[in-house]
Amino acid sequence: MRSAQAAVRMCGITKTFGSVVANDKIDLEIYRGEILAMLGENGSGKTTLMNMLSGIYYPDGGHILVDGREVSIRSPKDAYDLGIGMIHQHFKLVDVLTAAENIILGMDGKIRLDLKSVGEKIRSICGMYGFEVDPEQKVYDMSVSQKQTVEIVKVLYRGADILILDEPTAVLTPQETEKLFAVMRNMRDDGKAIVIITHKLHEVEEISDRVVVLRRGQYAGGMATKDTNAAEMTNMMVGRAVSLNIERPEPIDPKPRVIVEGLTVRDADGVTKLSDVSFTAYSGEILGVAGISGCGQKELLESIAGLQPSESGSIIYIDPKTGEEIQLLGKDPREILSMGVMLSFVPEDRLGMGLVGSMDLTDNMMLRSFRHGKSIFTDRKTPRSLAERVVNDLAVITPSLSTPVRKLSGGNVQKVLVGREISSSPTVLMTAYAVRGLDINSSYTIYDLINRQKQNGVAVIFVGEDLDVLLEYCDRILVLCGGKVSGIVPGRGADKNQVGMMMTKLGGEK
Amino acid sequence: MNKSAVKVPLVRIVKRDTIAVWRSWLVRLIGLVLALAVSAIVIYAIVHINPLKVYSAMFEGNFGTEKRFWVTLRDMMMLLCIGVGLAPAFKMRFWNIGAEGQILVGGIATAGVMIYLGKSLPTWELLLISLVASCAAGALWGFIPALFKARYGTNETLFTLMMNYVAIQLTSYFVAVWENPFGSNTVGIINQQTKAGWFPAVFGQQYMMTLIIVMVLTALMFIYLRYSKQGYEIAVVGESERTARYVGINVKSVVIRTMMISGAICGLSGYIAVAGASHTISTSTAGGNGFTAIIVAWLAKFNTFMMIFVAALLVFLEKGAIQIASQYNLNDFASKMITGIILFFILGSEFFTNYRLVFRNRKEAR
Repeated sequence: MRSAQAAVRMCGITKTFGSVVANDKIDLEIYRGEILAMLGENGSGKTTLMNMLSGIYYPDGGHILVDGREVSIRSPKDAYDLGIGMIHQHFKLVDVLTAAENIILGMDGKIRLDLKSVGEKIRSICGMYGFEVDPEQKVYDMSVSQKQTVEIVKVLYRGADILILDEPTAVLTPQETEKLFAVMRNMRDDGKAIVIITHKLHEVEEISDRVVVLRRGQYAGGMATKDTNAAEMTNMMVGRAVSLNIERPEPIDPKPRVIVEGLTVRDADGVTKLSDVSFTAYSGEILGVAGISGCGQKELLESIAGLQPSESGSIIYIDPKTGEEIQLLGKDPREILSMGVMLSFVPEDRLGMGLVGSMDLTDNMMLRSFRHGKSIFTDRKTPRSLAERVVNDLAVITPSLSTPVRKLSGGNVQKVLVGREISSSPTVLMTAYAVRGLDINSSYTIYDLINRQKQNGVAVIFVGEDLDVLLEYCDRILVLCGGKVSGIVPGRGADKNQVGMMMTKLGGEK
Repeated sequence: MNKSAVKVPLVRIVKRDTIAVWRSWLVRLIGLVLALAVSAIVIYAIVHINPLKVYSAMFEGNFGTEKRFWVTLRDMMMLLCIGVGLAPAFKMRFWNIGAEGQILVGGIATAGVMIYLGKSLPTWELLLISLVASCAAGALWGFIPALFKARYGTNETLFTLMMNYVAIQLTSYFVAVWENPFGSNTVGIINQQTKAGWFPAVFGQQYMMTLIIVMVLTALMFIYLRYSKQGYEIAVVGESERTARYVGINVKSVVIRTMMISGAICGLSGYIAVAGASHTISTSTAGGNGFTAIIVAWLAKFNTFMMIFVAALLVFLEKGAIQIASQYNLNDFASKMITGIILFFILGSEFFTNYRLVFRNRKEAR
């Protein structure tokens, strides 16, 4: 059980970035033998607060006490010396090195590198808590979940007994999440202090002993997890009552809109990314695509959008007005548009593909349409009024229309992108991880926007990662496994475990 | 564990959110004043000359006589023209460091036209043809690395750099072919008697035409990059090729087109250098300006109007350094130190427009 003295006590911690107050006089205690969930929406300051413990940032005000002694943490090394280790959302591993080499990277040691004894120590750590790591395996050969395991072992190897995990489940399947949670419980029972940063309520309920909620950089509340419930936590997080049900209107008059048959795609290295994929997307329906990350979701959407050369197969688009069948395979985005196919695509990489981060809202609005008209000069009036409309309609929070979009928060960036994509009144809308990293409010805004498109008769292809959402939101779910179609299940009444099994094994048989 | 004793760092660096325009210019002004002050101390400490005299000598060197004034202006325009040429390529994140070679081939083309057609064509036709020829030669020199980059993904920095050496060898070859007088190993002044193909004096000034051409080009490039559809495409490709493909921009053709424009303008600088200034061609016609212009382009953040100031500053420093070196019998190093100190402070002031310092006692600097 938890120890009497706090392992870490943060008092009145304040951190500002420019004019933004990321943390405002936050008090927090972390105990050994306890899993603390740090809950909050995006931009509520969870990660910033923890980054000050792990030495990435230095607080502007307040004190940090470790085991009752006041300390100053100026670098990640200081943090390690105090036994604090953080597993970041984006892994910091060297691809070409092995697990063992990554784990000892940057540590002081003797001149001779004794990888054998390093390997033994790694194995003993793994045995103790139930990790599965092969010290000799190269990182580029690893799955996301294996990489994460290496990150955790790295922190333990350095003797950390206060562990901070930043949204560790975002990239994992349900089965992998279960495994991670089991390991976290083992570490807790061994007397380590564990903090998990998350915005998923069911995870808080499942894994944590205590929960602390942040809202807009301020401490909104904290309590034992068993004394609270999802509704109370949401209220604390958002500041008002929110309905947690996702709407799923019945499809109206579904007709085939995009027919994909026998699609096979290889990447530049000749690796098969999609193999013999066939399905039909109907108008007025949301077709969910589920799968572990890297199972061909990206290639599937990019093939339809004309960004991915395909090996074989066909992608037929059926024009809703004329009923004409148009082959999309082998066309580039410009040709697809010029054939009158109104295809909108919200890609996974919002700032690296969907938008240009350094350009302002107006310039981003005209990305798709800047070629209109014969003039050699760009027309900035139309995109400007479109930007105004998107900002008003979708409640985008931005200092002005001439702010570079990368300065906006994740949710607002996504609203700008989705706003632009649906402004062209598409007939097909594809979205990849539309709500990734978005807080509850923004997520529901996006769900509503897509639902409205669905009701307008748009065929929506919705690639998602949160199975709960897919099951609640989509009319049908296409499950991908290793680039193949593992099955297509109706969204209503589908079983989560069965879909999870289908993600890891073709057809889902045991 | 004694490291954990409570100690706030003495100075921390914090990124600025935004900075008012007047403030950023104030920071730069302070930088300039500091630069002059520090180099004054250094000058006095090392060579025991009154720093004010040194500064006035620098000014003399640049603007002392009417001829000097126009030569300084001509050199500024030359540097500016190359910087303007680099702007579209750099905006596209295509690191064209081959301006030197593009200038040379432009110069060769100009010299060729002057030599072979100088006797048969009137001045204006000659000027026009050599202008087109120099742009075409520069565009070709830009096209080659762009094609390989677009087709095979070669590294444009290395490729354009190597193209410089090809251009130098090519220049040597033509110097040998056009050698005049025989055995001098130079081309000599081309059409010295007839002045065929030379820039004519405009408003009585020999270099006025250079000034007009470069100023017009600077304005046109500014408009092209900021308001044209092609300029927009260049910006998108530069920021993210994936975004460009996603919206259906043909990245390869934009890369090739833009590099041809960039090469053509650098080739035009060669035209200005040969027909407008030296009236000869040698391997030193570009004279390192193709590299100095990279600094111009970067310091101006690819804004062609800002380039006017940066090019002016760099030429001023260089001319001033030469003047004080000869006037006070100093060796090169003393004057180069002054140039170095001034550049250091000016670049340093850019740091302070982006970041501010926070000291331990919580007083914030600037």
